[in-house]
Amino acid sequence: MAKKSKNVRKLFLQGNQACAMAAIDAGCKFFGGYPITPSTEIAEILSIELPKVGGTFIQMEDELGSICSCIGASIAGKKSMTSTSGPGFSLMQEGIGYACITETPVVIVNVMRGGPSTGLPTSPSQGDVQQARWGSHGDHEMIVLSASNVEECYYSTIRAFNLSEKYRTPVVLLLDEVVAHMRQNVILPDPKTVKPYERKHPSVPPDWYEPYATKKLIPVLANFGEGYRYHITGLVHDEKGFPTSVTSEIFKFKERLKNKITHNTKDISIVELHNCEKAEIVILSYGCVVLSVMEAIRKAGRKKNIGPDKVGMIKLDTLWPFPDKELNKIIDDISKHAKTIIVAEMNSGQIYREVERVNRGRLKIDSIFQNNGQLISPETVYKKILGALS
Amino acid sequence: MKAVNPDHIVFKYLRKNKKFPHIFCPGCGHGTILGALIRAIDELDIDKNSISMVSGIGCSSRAPVYVDFNTLHTLHGRAIAFATGMKLANPKQKVIVITGDGDATAIGGNHFIHACRRNIDMTIVVFNNSIYGMTGGQYSPTTPVGAVAATAKYGNIERPFDVCDLAIGAGASYVARGTAFNPKALINLFVGALKKKGLSIVEAISQCPTSYGRKNYFKSVIDMLDWQKNHSVDIRAWDKLPKEKREGKFKVGLFVDRDFPEYIEEYDKIHKASLKGGK
Repeated sequence: MAKKSKNVRKLFLQGNQACAMAAIDAGCKFFGGYPITPSTEIAEILSIELPKVGGTFIQMEDELGSICSCIGASIAGKKSMTSTSGPGFSLMQEGIGYACITETPVVIVNVMRGGPSTGLPTSPSQGDVQQARWGSHGDHEMIVLSASNVEECYYSTIRAFNLSEKYRTPVVLLLDEVVAHMRQNVILPDPKTVKPYERKHPSVPPDWYEPYATKKLIPVLANFGEGYRYHITGLVHDEKGFPTSVTSEIFKFKERLKNKITHNTKDISIVELHNCEKAEIVILSYGCVVLSVMEAIRKAGRKKNIGPDKVGMIKLDTLWPFPDKELNKIIDDISKHAKTIIVAEMNSGQIYREVERVNRGRLKIDSIFQNNGQLISPETVYKKILGALS
Repeated sequence: MKAVNPDHIVFKYLRKNKKFPHIFCPGCGHGTILGALIRAIDELDIDKNSISMVSGIGCSSRAPVYVDFNTLHTLHGRAIAFATGMKLANPKQKVIVITGDGDATAIGGNHFIHACRRNIDMTIVVFNNSIYGMTGGQYSPTTPVGAVAATAKYGNIERPFDVCDLAIGAGASYVARGTAFNPKALINLFVGALKKKGLSIVEAISQCPTSYGRKNYFKSVIDMLDWQKNHSVDIRAWDKLPKEKREGKFKVGLFVDRDFPEYIEEYDKIHKASLKGGK
């Protein structure tokens, strides 16, 4: 993906390092966090790197404070990020809801580990996929991204910042213990070629300013201290930002909050296909499981009685909003030759249910659910492929 | 009818586009405290654009919506954490946190003590009415022992926090207490707090006639203000007061005004030094 340039960086990195480097390249200037395995490297690196670019790092007293400090910094005009894992992510949910309703850009990296509760601190899992979508109370849209290798950790982090600033909403990046701690050779672009999205500023004088005007889907919110004195609240508010309980105003606000995400799924959703052109079996996965699926597909391809074209893969880079339209079209296309979709994930079927919903019975759906702290092995996927082909 | 005085401080600081009336009950002390705060701001002539007022959840935390600053109404207990990020992101701002007794010392107790310890340059105002007013009068960490509350019908058992002792113990630079009964003294304490470099805390004793007074045998708001008058003792007089006369009373005034390294200044110093020092 890196463009040819003298300053491309050839590095040997782990996912957490790539994520921290991407934050700097994306223009992150504030990090508030709390130590938690397996995400801590991100905080450690940013505590070193942020001061070099004029940014601020602070270790807060807990994850509640971490997310809130990030939202505060974002409202004051700085791109902000925090990183955590399951137990901390649970604590951050109230802050995520606040960022949603106040339309404050903030990036939350959740390096998933085994759960529930303290669970398996040093083992991978994909148990927080539905929590990332519905974890904060009240009905709201969420943007949640995924990454399946170290290079993707870099690009997904950049994307998380850009989407967050563009749509003025919290963006969750779900990594897992494997991609976060795994080391790979990567080629990262020259930081100067990274074009981060910069948030818009009001173009009217303060007297004319309506922070939450419903004319536009995405509001243009002034940073605090810029001369636009207005009110931000976690209560449902009117176009001026003041609390309201008028039904028509509530309706307009909630519709806009939903539509700014659902009307832009084309821009937000990324689904990648691999070897699906003639495949009889397609495996759908995301995150670290993709590594095992790729290996199993290669192994199956080498078998003479199977051949290179029979097994393909669908990789979800955007988990939420769920790419309904994209997947619907993909299933339409591949159902001409494919019989089965196998959903492989490290939980009890959190994405499986979504696939089942979109599939509407067109293809047979099978699954590999494994949630024992071990990465689903290529062998497990391979055996499933053999079973499905027989 | 008297002519309206357009130069009145109310018109300078209250929001003209906010739908009044406010939510405070008749006789509530919060308006008096907010009035004292804006007078202190006016006395110091701080630019309105540079003030960011951050609040949590509760009656007191509704105060910022009425005043013409950058105002942020946040989550229950988390105002100080939001303010921390906000101040670090733009140290030029004058950050003022408005919080209540439950907001600051129960759900937000952790943020409160760590803010004192960290010593970031901002001011925290704790409106202490000893009750959760907005939810209908449940006991808070500052409700006196024996007081009746919606969740302590037989009298409160828990010993209350002394908000100022807590702040002093946790390391705040400036700690003071005033009352809604004596707004003039409050203005002076606010002026001192706003001028202080470092974390300053002013606890303002407020009255809640609706949720506290009615249940605790206060016949009127005046009764509650009289109680504040008769039970508050200036710090300078307190030390001379014999022990038996201190019973049931509380100190008011400026308790500590001390200098600790300010967080942002230290942050800049350390990182400038380390960047100069090479790798």
